[in-house]
Amino acid sequence: MTFLAEHIAVLVVIVPLMAAPLCVVMRCGVASWGWATLVAVGNFFLSIVLIQHVMTNGTIVYDLGGWEGPWGIVYRVDEVGALVVLIISAIAAIVLPYAKESIEREIPKERHYLAYCMMLLCIAGLIGMAVTGDAFNLFVFLEVSSLATYVLIALGSDRRALTAALRYLILGTLGATFYVIGLGMLYMMTGSLNMTDLASLLPAVQNTGTVHVALAFIVVGFGLKLALFPLHVWLPNAYTFAPSAVTAFLAATATKVAVYALIRLIFTVFGDVDPLESYGVRPAVMVLAIAGMFAGSLIAIYQSNVKRLLAYSSVAQVGYMILGISIGNAPAMAGGIIHMFNHALMKGSLFMALGCVFYVIGSVKLEDMAGLGKRMPLTAAAIVGGGFSLIGVPLTVGFISKFYLVQGALTEGMWPVALLIMLSSLLAVIYVWRVVEVMYFRSPAIGCEERSEAPMSLLVPTYVLLGAAFWFGIDATFTGDIAMSAAQTLLGGSK
Amino acid sequence: MIEYAFPGLLNYWIVFLLMMIGLYIVIAHENLIKKIVGLNVFQVSVFVFYISMAKIKGGTAPILADGIEVYSNPLPHVLILTAIVVGVATTALGLALVVRIQESFGTIEDDEVREKEEQDK
Repeated sequence: MTFLAEHIAVLVVIVPLMAAPLCVVMRCGVASWGWATLVAVGNFFLSIVLIQHVMTNGTIVYDLGGWEGPWGIVYRVDEVGALVVLIISAIAAIVLPYAKESIEREIPKERHYLAYCMMLLCIAGLIGMAVTGDAFNLFVFLEVSSLATYVLIALGSDRRALTAALRYLILGTLGATFYVIGLGMLYMMTGSLNMTDLASLLPAVQNTGTVHVALAFIVVGFGLKLALFPLHVWLPNAYTFAPSAVTAFLAATATKVAVYALIRLIFTVFGDVDPLESYGVRPAVMVLAIAGMFAGSLIAIYQSNVKRLLAYSSVAQVGYMILGISIGNAPAMAGGIIHMFNHALMKGSLFMALGCVFYVIGSVKLEDMAGLGKRMPLTAAAIVGGGFSLIGVPLTVGFISKFYLVQGALTEGMWPVALLIMLSSLLAVIYVWRVVEVMYFRSPAIGCEERSEAPMSLLVPTYVLLGAAFWFGIDATFTGDIAMSAAQTLLGGSK
Repeated sequence: MIEYAFPGLLNYWIVFLLMMIGLYIVIAHENLIKKIVGLNVFQVSVFVFYISMAKIKGGTAPILADGIEVYSNPLPHVLILTAIVVGVATTALGLALVVRIQESFGTIEDDEVREKEEQDK
């Protein structure tokens, strides 16, 4: 137990990282699925231990190989970091049991074991991004997760998955390289790569052109990775053509981790500089976030492919998270952080429900989903439940995040922003309603009226995640408390 | 002569030039292999950037020995070893994807690929 407590911060990264190559050695789809699922569930328990440890003992600082920071690489896990790790590993532990049937339907048999290997690598990379306290190490984990993501997207059955993966590879690499350029400039000015060390060294040089340019490169680089409007162009195709299980996992985790990394860079590394205020970029970030909320939702309304519709809605939801960061008081910041958690739950369950649809009828086009309420009542109900959450109906998680955001905006006296949040929710009503209308108020095409539900191995994970989306909407004390205290710490550093 | 015109900054001008050439190729060329190569040039410019900033004129390798007082900073050089590995992996994966795009679309010109994608809808 002491071993576990001592090394818990690094175990959550090492376990999936070491487990991944074994999947390749096995060369058997079912065996590597079993192994990957076992590892993902084990990692989920490790991340529960981690968050309990952080909640009782405070922030963990772990020196890799016993080399203390700022010379060695350190891992630094605070409350939000532990929450992000919990999100990633929980989603992985729910998606992997689901993945077996779904991947067997969508990926040729000889590539199954590679898909599970890449899933584990992607988990390791994303968790690494959340726990690391070293800015260059962040880049390495970013690339580990990104390279795995490109492969996973390219495994999609449609040939457009290949071009979607290549375009994401080009833009993703540009984004990551931008981050490295920015980091190089910070290193030039401070001589350090450790995040806490950088935070203490930066204020002395904050008014140099080099640091300004560095911050610009870093924000644009991560803006590409987290699909901040108008840098989101890679996202819709990538989500649409990736295999269903992959989309569910990526939509629930990848962009959120990038948002979290950006939060750390702006509020921890640049914490004492307070770049949003002192460089006067707060309005610009806010405008981009709001533009993303509206553009994403508006484009979503006109989509005929439901997977693509939800992908555009993801662009809008990222807008809410960035808006929470840009308003700059504790409730709004907490709203942004809670929304990372909540959006993972609702988008994950929605994409998993769509995976069920694809499994049974072989399409996720809106016109093919006519009469789905009769044919697949459980799946259709799951889509409606997730849709409610996207809109932000009370008793769902979506309501909680919007409640915090609106509260934050009103505290700052930004009532137009609060109004815009409400308005963009109305747009969500429209695109969710379009899907509901087709599923429940149109009769199915002739010849496919009979009831045919997706297998239990797909439905149960979907409903577990959807259940969580309602559970944390009814009782938000766990997520609310963590997010609120984290927001106060993050903003405290900048005042 | 050139060194005299940009005292001490020649490397950074080269970095800047390479970066823009790489970015231009990624944006402007339709051929997917050229795009990947452009991406590579772009990444290499960043490698040069890191290596230049750590180099000190007259500095040697950082070895604890008599007579060595000025030495280059080894850390950025080591970081770039990591970045080179990442770059190689990205290029390999990108080229592998181009091969599969050629197999399933029959072309690697981005505009022709786009046309065929439109037909898939």
